[in-house]
Amino acid sequence: MAKQDSTLHPRPGVAFLGMPAFTEAAHIALGDDQLRRNLGRATRTIRDKRTRAVGELEDWQDLRTAAAMIKDRTLADLDRHLEQFEAAATAAGATVHWAADADEAVRISTEIVRAHQGTDVIKVKSMATQEIGLNEAFAEDGINAWETDLAELIIQLGGDTPSHFLVPAIHRNREEIRQIFLDRMAEVGRPAPDDLTDEPRRLAEAARLHLREKFLTTSIGFSGANFAVAETGTLVVLESEGNGRMCLTLPDVLVSVVGIEKLLPTFADLEVFMQVLPRSSTAERMNPYTTMWTGVTEGDGPQELHIILLDNGRTRALADNTGRQALRCIRCSACLNVCPVYERVGGHAYGSVYPGPIGAILNPLLHGVSDEHDAALPFASSLCGACYEACPVKIDIPTVLIEQRAEVVEERADSGRPSAEALAMRIAAWTFADHRRLERAQKVASKAGPVVQHVRRLPGMLGGWTASRDLPPIPDESFHQWWERTRGADR
Amino acid sequence: MKVSIFVTCLADTLFPDVGRAMVTVLERLGCQVDFPVAQTCCGQMHMNTGYARPAGDMVRSFADTFAGAEAVVVPSGSCTGMLRHHGRNVAPGVHLPPVYELSEFLVDVLGVTDVGATFNGSVTYHPTCHSLRLLGVGDRPYRLLQAVKGLDLRELPEADQCCGFGGTFALKNAEVSSAMGEDKINNALSTGAEVICTSDSSCMMHLGGLLSRRKSAVRSMHLAEILAGQG
Repeated sequence: MAKQDSTLHPRPGVAFLGMPAFTEAAHIALGDDQLRRNLGRATRTIRDKRTRAVGELEDWQDLRTAAAMIKDRTLADLDRHLEQFEAAATAAGATVHWAADADEAVRISTEIVRAHQGTDVIKVKSMATQEIGLNEAFAEDGINAWETDLAELIIQLGGDTPSHFLVPAIHRNREEIRQIFLDRMAEVGRPAPDDLTDEPRRLAEAARLHLREKFLTTSIGFSGANFAVAETGTLVVLESEGNGRMCLTLPDVLVSVVGIEKLLPTFADLEVFMQVLPRSSTAERMNPYTTMWTGVTEGDGPQELHIILLDNGRTRALADNTGRQALRCIRCSACLNVCPVYERVGGHAYGSVYPGPIGAILNPLLHGVSDEHDAALPFASSLCGACYEACPVKIDIPTVLIEQRAEVVEERADSGRPSAEALAMRIAAWTFADHRRLERAQKVASKAGPVVQHVRRLPGMLGGWTASRDLPPIPDESFHQWWERTRGADR
Repeated sequence: MKVSIFVTCLADTLFPDVGRAMVTVLERLGCQVDFPVAQTCCGQMHMNTGYARPAGDMVRSFADTFAGAEAVVVPSGSCTGMLRHHGRNVAPGVHLPPVYELSEFLVDVLGVTDVGATFNGSVTYHPTCHSLRLLGVGDRPYRLLQAVKGLDLRELPEADQCCGFGGTFALKNAEVSSAMGEDKINNALSTGAEVICTSDSSCMMHLGGLLSRRKSAVRSMHLAEILAGQG
């Protein structure tokens, strides 16, 4: 394996470009022992904490159902809720923009920054701005976007990309983080202290001092939103560090990029989500900071508020009968933490800012499956169902994956590309269509048994089995034959 | 009680002992066992790989083969889950008889936990994903194993984690599949048990294949085989 292939660096926003498809990416990730140790330890810890936090609530299953139903109800009537939101936000003094895709959202963002002659912006951690590749687009335009979330800062300074919604630097350990701070902080602001250790307290302190400069000198802030309330035009951000509140209150101008699926009809609906989100994501009863803002208030907080409502494939997903439930997602990352596949390969292998089980269904829903990277994702699962069980908004990820697999198979058949798999499946279906055919196949297999059993490497896709696993010995007599021989007379 | 058994294509072909063991257990408990010979496959492999149409054909063929059955018993949580949860989706309008996974049938329908088995050895149990999450069999397999005379049941660490088989996932993403299986085996070996028991031939084939490659003395066995044991 060539050195440059040993780590995975997808370009955020422009998902998949330059990334190997999942199976190959997984191969690279599995070869990284440090990554596997970091991930295994981290996901196990979060998983156990979440189980305890959720276990405290007797009505957890009812809360999941309520959350799913509120989201479904909103999605069923999304156009109306969006218009209501726009009217309420506008009445409160915000400017609402509509962006059909990433390019449009970036263009609107850039125009706002230019209108204020801005060269720097501070950012609250946001999946939507990552999805549209905002930081990279700003960099090309000479605008510096400073991430203020500790983990996002680590990612940005390390020239890396996030691999988890909630713990974007989950693939890094403390010593790696210390080194990144020492190497890079000085180039972009206040340097890390020379005697920095890898103690979490010291690392956090270095980040705090570094970031304070940014907060106090930057007049434009960018955020996403966890929720957008239609009846009041309110945006809501939940966070743990307090950096978000600084970004949302200190700047003169605030720009919030919000996916259109973030809508909730009423303020009262937040009651359910304020319970399920913290417990599912950080395993806390309540997150430390919740900031809500509605338009602008004279003399208090940003005096100019722009809200960019982002589609970027969401209406495409909404049109999918089975897949639309993915738009319920509140980006809590519970599915990532329980997914055995994610635990082994990490977030980068999914080649998108949306990794893990939800990413495996969301990317094909947003983009379709004509691209080989999107087409590989529905197969990146053993369908164990742990994600569905953990999901606080009850997204039946395994069922959506199965449906998407069928779409991929159909797309391949339509493209006329001959596939060994399709042929094998056709032969198997023909064999299973009549028990006499199955019995003949079993007889052939049992004759070949002594030979096959000693095969250490089968050709083609079957080679995936024999690379690490032996085949079971093929018995001389199938159950069918045994039954006919011993019980056949009864019939 | 008259029961029909669906042995599954995998057990029929590769693990006929599993089918024989199921017959032994059911007959010992006084059931009249019927094996409709026209049976083949539940269609799960096709459906899970994205070939829904042939999967639908197989579900319809299953429904025809077992039409009128009072109860169909299956030595697989996975195939039971396929029929119960996906059957109507891939074969709309199909009428399926009541289908039970073996431990469900023994505990819920026959009301038995002690099936009169003896097994001299230590066993750790891997609760397969589909039994656990699609069917919700809960502690039924453990209750059955705990009642087996001579059996030393060892708790499997991280029991609810997938073993990594996942049907064609084991071929398409073979490396991830094997990495998951290796961790499952390491957990099983940490118990010191002589046998890893599951209630799905597919998980058994996957774990057994990994154990064999390691030349481990630990065996993989199906729940039915343990419950059939006597002395």
